[in-house]
Amino acid sequence: MADFFLQILWTLDATLRVATPLILCAMAGIFSERSGIVDISLEGKLLSGAFVAATIASLTGSAWLGLSGAIIASVLMSLLHGFACITHKGDQVVSGVAINFLASGITVILGIAIFKRGGQTPTLNLNERFRPIELWFTESINNIPIIGTIYRELISGHSLLVYLALICVPLASFILYRSRFGLRLRAVGEAPIAVDSAGVSVTWVRYRALIIGGIFCGIAGAYLSISHGAFFLREMSAGKGYIALAAVIFGNWRPVRAFVACLLFGFLDAVTSRLQGVDLPIIGEIPSALMIALPYILTILLLSGFIGRPTPPSAIGVPYKK
Amino acid sequence: MSVIKPLPRWADLILLPFINLCTAFFVCGIVVYIIGENPWDALLVMLKGAFIYPGSLGYTLYYTTNFIFTGLAVATAFHAKLFNIGGEGQAYIGSLGVLLAAALFAQYLPSLLVIILCICCSALFGAAWAIIPGYLQAKRGSHIVITTIMFNFLASSLMVWLLSGILMEKGQQSPQSNLLPESIRLPKVQDAFEFLGVNISSSPMNLSFIVALIALLLFWILIWKTRLGYEIRAVGKNQDAATYAGINVSRIIIITMTISGAFAGLLAVNEVMGVQNRVILNYTAGYGFTGIAVALMGRNHPIGIFFASLLFGVLFQGGTELDFEFQSITRDMVLLIQGLIILFSGALAYMYNPTVSKIFSKIEKRSKKNG
Repeated sequence: MADFFLQILWTLDATLRVATPLILCAMAGIFSERSGIVDISLEGKLLSGAFVAATIASLTGSAWLGLSGAIIASVLMSLLHGFACITHKGDQVVSGVAINFLASGITVILGIAIFKRGGQTPTLNLNERFRPIELWFTESINNIPIIGTIYRELISGHSLLVYLALICVPLASFILYRSRFGLRLRAVGEAPIAVDSAGVSVTWVRYRALIIGGIFCGIAGAYLSISHGAFFLREMSAGKGYIALAAVIFGNWRPVRAFVACLLFGFLDAVTSRLQGVDLPIIGEIPSALMIALPYILTILLLSGFIGRPTPPSAIGVPYKK
Repeated sequence: MSVIKPLPRWADLILLPFINLCTAFFVCGIVVYIIGENPWDALLVMLKGAFIYPGSLGYTLYYTTNFIFTGLAVATAFHAKLFNIGGEGQAYIGSLGVLLAAALFAQYLPSLLVIILCICCSALFGAAWAIIPGYLQAKRGSHIVITTIMFNFLASSLMVWLLSGILMEKGQQSPQSNLLPESIRLPKVQDAFEFLGVNISSSPMNLSFIVALIALLLFWILIWKTRLGYEIRAVGKNQDAATYAGINVSRIIIITMTISGAFAGLLAVNEVMGVQNRVILNYTAGYGFTGIAVALMGRNHPIGIFFASLLFGVLFQGGTELDFEFQSITRDMVLLIQGLIILFSGALAYMYNPTVSKIFSKIEKRSKKNG
């Protein structure tokens, strides 16, 4: 029984680790899409963030500089996206696809040029990464049954970036629903002409939304390469940006719901790796391909209105022309 | 805002795309320069690798064949203003059609007939994979971009499952299918030439290049010479107007996606029937995504698509040569160029429009003064 309890805790623990980049990217996606800009480029921003974080951490030995670099790189990608589809009113999907290609290419090219290891960065030691941190009182409440174990195994012992991701959800919620900027941002995504006629610059609001998204993606990228992992690997983002996008849709473009979707997708992932090769009673072994495909299947079902009805921002994908 | 004068047709069709392309290459050159190599040398190596070395032209045209198929897939959807990012998945599933047709008919029917059936089945399976997103877009309002992305991942999971399961070659550890029977493998171009008594160096280029050229022609006829093509373009221009004109928009969306998926599925003809002779894990290798760049560069026109495919063929084949010649430039450079081309020929396609327009009107004024 105690063993089973620990198994569950470890699975939930893994869920949180896997879900962290998804959560951050999903928040980025929400900011961008709620302002009316389709963001396929989450994947590319995540990848470039991961690369720059590992590179700078490895060259300078500082995880914090790595994180800052990741944020800057990701924001630059956001600005490029903005330049193409806000300033020049280009197609947002095309621009997103372009950024994803750029990120795949440039990370490997620069990686080879700098480290000469086929696109991989050297393995970082513990000091160059965000280490797991022990939260307060872990020792003192360790003896309390159940709660102590939950605290020790699940809540404590993650890296700073995991907690940061968790804070980002209420933060995103607050900005979107309780601040003036958030009101404007949502309005720009629904009826930009109304915002424009109120004398607020649609362009500037959308640029800011993209920059905020860039910051989130940068943190997510840094998490991948200098917290969860210890190096950058080519194509390391492995579709996480797209899963985050699915979570955004799944959460109906709302932070808390998207957060829940990320946890769900993370949980599926964690269970998949735990159940690999395990024979379950009655059902037998679950094919891992099916588990990997499940987030996509769920999102497709949701999108086609078989579970609930998604309500995307009205002005999404439409460049604003005065 | 000043009103931008429309450019003359040739400038819009040739000059602007050319300037965009040059910008993409220019930026790429800067990257090459930054990592400490000579951009000019890199370009020469690529061109040599794509045209001059023995067999290289065949390789270039083999890649070109792939890009014609996937480019046509994206372009067909673009004409109805649909963005089919799912070419990759559709092509992947298309290979199942080849396997199925080969398994069903190869023993009983003459090989020419089986080859034709295989080609049809690859298109059919690709189409089937595209029809669902098409249906969901038309009838249930889910966005085609998202669903086709999801379907790429689904296709990939499905193929991993199949290729490491029931389709896996017996006694093998790597996820790949059995070899196709020899009778239905497409002849290589060098074999065809040998038959005519001419020796050329060997390359993976095969007769599916002809299939690709036929596909280009069919595409041109479909889009510009048939009623269906007219309806597709009408839906792409303005859905409300199309509805008002009595066109069933949902029907056209579904049909367009079907045709688009069929073109993507044909990729299996070149890769599976012509080159690998079996289905290998991830055999699509991103060709489906490159189709986006090809369609954007080729302005959704068959001639444009042909030349854009050729360009990407040169880039891919020349890119492999970079691996040999340089320490720090690899074929990943091609990914970067691809991204830049999509950016400048796609998202920023009209960035230079105002500038070029201004220059044109200046020239016009001057010539009026002088004249």
